[in-house]
Amino acid sequence: MKLIDILQFASDSLRGSRSRALLMILAMSIGVAAVVVLTALGEGARRYVINQFSSLGTNLVIVFPGRTETAGVGPGMLLGQIPHELSLDDAQELLRSHAIARIAPLTIGSSQISLGALNREVVVLGSTADLLEVRHMSLGQGQFLPAGDMHASASVCVLGSKIKRELFGQQNAIGAWVRLGDRRFRVVGVMASQGESMGFNTDEIVIVPVASAHLLFNTSGLFRILVEAKSRDTIAAAQRDAESIIVRRHHGEHDVTVITQDAVLATFDRILRALTLAVGGIAAISLSVAGILIMNVMLIAVSQRVKEIGLLKALGAPAVQIRNLFFAEAILLSGIGSVVGLLLGEAGVWLIGKIYPLLPVSAPWWAVVAAIGTSLGTGILFSVWPARRAARLDAVTALAGR
Amino acid sequence: MIRLEKISRSFMVGDQQVAALRGINLDIAAGDYVSIMGPSGSGKSTLLNLIGLLDRPSSGTYKLDGGDVTALDDAQQARVRSEKIGFVFQSFHLVPRLTAAMNIELPLILAGISPAERKGRVAALLENYGLVDRADHRPDQLSGGQRQRVAIARATSMHPAVLLADEPTGNLDQTTGKEVISLLEQLVVQNVALILVTHDPVIGSRARRQLHMVDGQIIDEQR
Repeated sequence: MKLIDILQFASDSLRGSRSRALLMILAMSIGVAAVVVLTALGEGARRYVINQFSSLGTNLVIVFPGRTETAGVGPGMLLGQIPHELSLDDAQELLRSHAIARIAPLTIGSSQISLGALNREVVVLGSTADLLEVRHMSLGQGQFLPAGDMHASASVCVLGSKIKRELFGQQNAIGAWVRLGDRRFRVVGVMASQGESMGFNTDEIVIVPVASAHLLFNTSGLFRILVEAKSRDTIAAAQRDAESIIVRRHHGEHDVTVITQDAVLATFDRILRALTLAVGGIAAISLSVAGILIMNVMLIAVSQRVKEIGLLKALGAPAVQIRNLFFAEAILLSGIGSVVGLLLGEAGVWLIGKIYPLLPVSAPWWAVVAAIGTSLGTGILFSVWPARRAARLDAVTALAGR
Repeated sequence: MIRLEKISRSFMVGDQQVAALRGINLDIAAGDYVSIMGPSGSGKSTLLNLIGLLDRPSSGTYKLDGGDVTALDDAQQARVRSEKIGFVFQSFHLVPRLTAAMNIELPLILAGISPAERKGRVAALLENYGLVDRADHRPDQLSGGQRQRVAIARATSMHPAVLLADEPTGNLDQTTGKEVISLLEQLVVQNVALILVTHDPVIGSRARRQLHMVDGQIIDEQR
């Protein structure tokens, strides 16, 4: 019997029991669609986090005061309850390392900004000119902080785009004076609107030179030092150097934590990939349920078509051929089910993309392959028993319909 | 062409062995016209199924065209059935979802014959059996006589050497029954060996060789 004839015969017999076939295809396609959509969501979340991280900068090493065994920010660090603060001189010293390209010290605090009668609370970021490069920020108008000595407390500031809009509206802000706390600052630049990244909205901050921020908040410590390694390969060296330089300056006391962006990213990547696999696996269970459904329906089909099987035997079909006919039916069912499910899944992914445009959802290729593989696999696996049963029927009793 | 030697067939019913056939010896030549008659339970159908290779004897040898076919495995027996044996059943056994033409085509499909050749053979058979205008009808749209004509056309599509008919007129009225018998008898003219199991003495007596079976044995043969 030719392959094309086997397929033709199988599709004829599926058409003979249309509603049954449609229900099985539905069950199969829902399983496949679930795998596609859920893995696409998981993968989307993973890519979202990676994008957010890389928008922070590349080849980043982050130094922060205090010693923590796990990466994270404890309340003690924010309140400055640590043996040694990170000082501007510590930051400056880091540039001695050959592995480090740039650094940007960070001080953070909140203050009142006012212009005439308008005032509001803002987050004030104290840093240096290199922050723009290190942190991958982009300037909208004017200039960023002046380069040069990081101890110089120039009274200049750069406004986040939303702050500028609220204080100045459409008017030009460059050159104007604003009041921050009890000090006056001249606006030298306005940031381009970037929106939120990693829960930090750069549109609603004011950036001033780090020394000015120290005066403003009456502190001398740093919240973070952002370090940019010269290349991807020197990240590890930069991390080692940063740690040893600061430890030496702090008289051998290990009171800083140095993490690399890559390490954090890798952790997130692992967690989210595991999550994607888990969700995909749960969806795959629904596929195997569809497989059992196929087995059930095939068993019914065999017992309903006992006479036909007997006839095929009488007409010269060997057992193998009868088995292949039932296999072909199962493969057709799960094949059509996979294709329909794939279309359904892609439609669902498209819809999610429309609803949440920020989430880069798309089913990874391995999930698509796995979904189709599982669907065809279960279809074939669960039809083995019914097909064998059909093939083993005794021709005489089958013809008699017993 | 067919030679049965000391063929016996027994079944287990519960824990008892029941002999359906006891030591059957039979020779059938090409173009023979044989009817098998006897009361129900006498082993007629069992004998027919054995000759048709749907069943295996408990003992004895069955030679078809000189070769021992009882020793063949399932696939080889299926091949012999496909090439040499045609079946016609009392209840027609047409596949309900397939049209008349497709039912006739079925043995050709199973044998792996190319679509082009199949088309020609099916067209000729539809013509021979006066089914051209019924080609696209499903079995439930056909009369009993038409259904049996489709079944005969199907049985002859592979040009078998032996045609086995088990009560072919059992579900038909007298007139259509006679029509069907005459169609079968035309095959005998074409040198096909026709073996007919029947209850009906009128039909049985038309055969050149009439076998009477009782209790699994051939007790009488009239020529």
